Amino acid sequence: MYRYDEFDHRLVTERVEQFRGQVARRLSGELSEDEFKPLRLMNGVYLQLHAYMLRIAVPYGTLSARQLHKLADIARKYDKGYGHFTTRQNLQLNWPALKDIPALLDELASVEMHCIQTSGNCIRNVTSDHYAGAATDEVEDPRIISEIIRQWSTFHPEFSFLPRKFKIAVCATKNDRAAIKVHDIGIQILKNAAGEIGYEVWVGGGLGRTPIIGKKIGDFIRREDLLAYLEATLRVYNMQGRRDNAYKARIKILVHEIGADEMKKLVEEEFAAVKTRGALQLPDEEVERIRAYFAPPAFEPLSDATPELDAAIAREPDFANWVKSNVQPHRVPGYAIVNVSLKPIGKPPGDATSDQMDAVADIAEKYAFSEIRVAHEQNLCLAHVRKRDLHAVWQALKAADLATANVGLITDQIACPGLDYCNLANARSISVAERISERFADLKLQHEIGRLHINTSGCINACGHHHVGHIGILGVDKKGVEYYQVTLGGAADETAAVGDIVGPAFTEAEIVDAVDTIVKTYLDIRKDGEIFLDTYRRVGVQPFKEKLYAAH
Amino acid sequence: MAQHTRKGAQFQAVTANRLADGVVVYLTAKNGWSESLQHAEVAEGKEAGEALLARGQHFFEPGNLVIDVYLFEVEMTDKGIRASSVRETIRQAGPTVRRDLGKQAELEGVHE
Repeated sequence: MYRYDEFDHRLVTERVEQFRGQVARRLSGELSEDEFKPLRLMNGVYLQLHAYMLRIAVPYGTLSARQLHKLADIARKYDKGYGHFTTRQNLQLNWPALKDIPALLDELASVEMHCIQTSGNCIRNVTSDHYAGAATDEVEDPRIISEIIRQWSTFHPEFSFLPRKFKIAVCATKNDRAAIKVHDIGIQILKNAAGEIGYEVWVGGGLGRTPIIGKKIGDFIRREDLLAYLEATLRVYNMQGRRDNAYKARIKILVHEIGADEMKKLVEEEFAAVKTRGALQLPDEEVERIRAYFAPPAFEPLSDATPELDAAIAREPDFANWVKSNVQPHRVPGYAIVNVSLKPIGKPPGDATSDQMDAVADIAEKYAFSEIRVAHEQNLCLAHVRKRDLHAVWQALKAADLATANVGLITDQIACPGLDYCNLANARSISVAERISERFADLKLQHEIGRLHINTSGCINACGHHHVGHIGILGVDKKGVEYYQVTLGGAADETAAVGDIVGPAFTEAEIVDAVDTIVKTYLDIRKDGEIFLDTYRRVGVQPFKEKLYAAH
Repeated sequence: MAQHTRKGAQFQAVTANRLADGVVVYLTAKNGWSESLQHAEVAEGKEAGEALLARGQHFFEPGNLVIDVYLFEVEMTDKGIRASSVRETIRQAGPTVRRDLGKQAELEGVHE
């Protein structure tokens, strides 16, 4: 893992001291709320319905056990003993008091964490594949370039006041687990025929009010040029992006308005200019310095054959089910990737209690090289676990109520905080997700349904990624009453697509039945080997529409 | 600021979040801020509502106790004052999830 150097340490501690002064001046009345609000947002402090909310950055979703223990402590000490992992791989605390936040930030800084650039019109936390360093077909660890981008973008003076927020995601495998095509910039790491590493660059993807799949403008940007290319892209956006209308200010609108070809041309002109100045060549030695932080842990030479594991799978059906859905192959023989579901049946997606965070950190210390990942699907992940330890890991997770065997299944839903917490929301998300998960709790049924992603957002801002859910649910407000609009056929992976609206919205009382009808329709018409998305892509929206609105 | 009431609302109260900890509070008849909706002063009619909001805002900057002051619609029922919208009911009584803790565990019946 990356460790702070002296500059990182100084940057973070100075920022905490600065914010401590700002909070004190706000509480004494010296600063007005209008003056203070942009300052608190720059430090990840939002005001939500019930309280302040603090968004803690988890760079590219990687945490050490020490950091996760600290997050558990902080949630216990300054909050109500739980936190919410988000689709940006961050952690949100729902109840911190403003007066306590400087002390909280001190504690975060003690484990090399902070809340900088988790809000505001700047380059936000870089996200990546939670299987980084463990995936079987990875070109290189995507966290190396993610960390380089993090360092380059932190407090970048030119890009601290962009027209709107800016999100970058990095992926290094064919199977995109980082949703790069729905980010402002998506980076796909590639290897060419000569064995050199380069970057495919996608721009102008995004969800929210105007969902758009990104366009490829860079086919193979060389490693030493990546920062120059990103700088060129950001500069074109910063100069040409709209500042007159917040809803039209994201880079996706610019790319949409001028077209991908024109965007590519403008970026290439600027890229040429940046290269001529020669200031932003990424030196090999710096890449190697960062790479060393992400060196693989000390894997043991192990056989991939594990008779004890096979016997346990044969003996214990619950364990077998968990292995089937939550465990994935690892690139090193004898190891596996363990997904820790934060989607217990009938509970809020993405929430973890302090005790659960401590339990995962303990398990990581004992069985997974002290490393934890946050997945953008709001689960946790232990990237490197010996296959022979899987049973012990499962038992330890079970003891902490963390062994729900549903990763990738219908109850593994994404949901934003929604109207239960969020000031922007129009309708509740969590309670809808809870009821859907209760409806489909039967594991046999879940396996019969197969891979199916249901994503729910409580407003058009789409923090719950509803547009790219196989089934997407968007909460809307109609005269103070919650309604839910359904989209079908969205996808966030390498086949990224925005879902199609199926028809008029459903009431809160109707929505779970509507999902049930969609699933039953799919089960009726699917062909062998199809998952929901395959069936939908084959038949389109019509059969679902007919069933859903037959009675209306 | 977002609109959380409606034109024809008969009864309205004023709410805000407490500056130091963000907790939801309501303007009382004694110009204080209470955590309980049942202590809120309720204005009847448009003009009384506007006057109540002006009073809430008057206590905003000088007292520096609260932020995000606004009017919202309420109903007067046998069981006391109730917020009209789902949003304000959730602000009053906590999230409708995690019913094991916080206001949502303490205030019975509001979310039913």
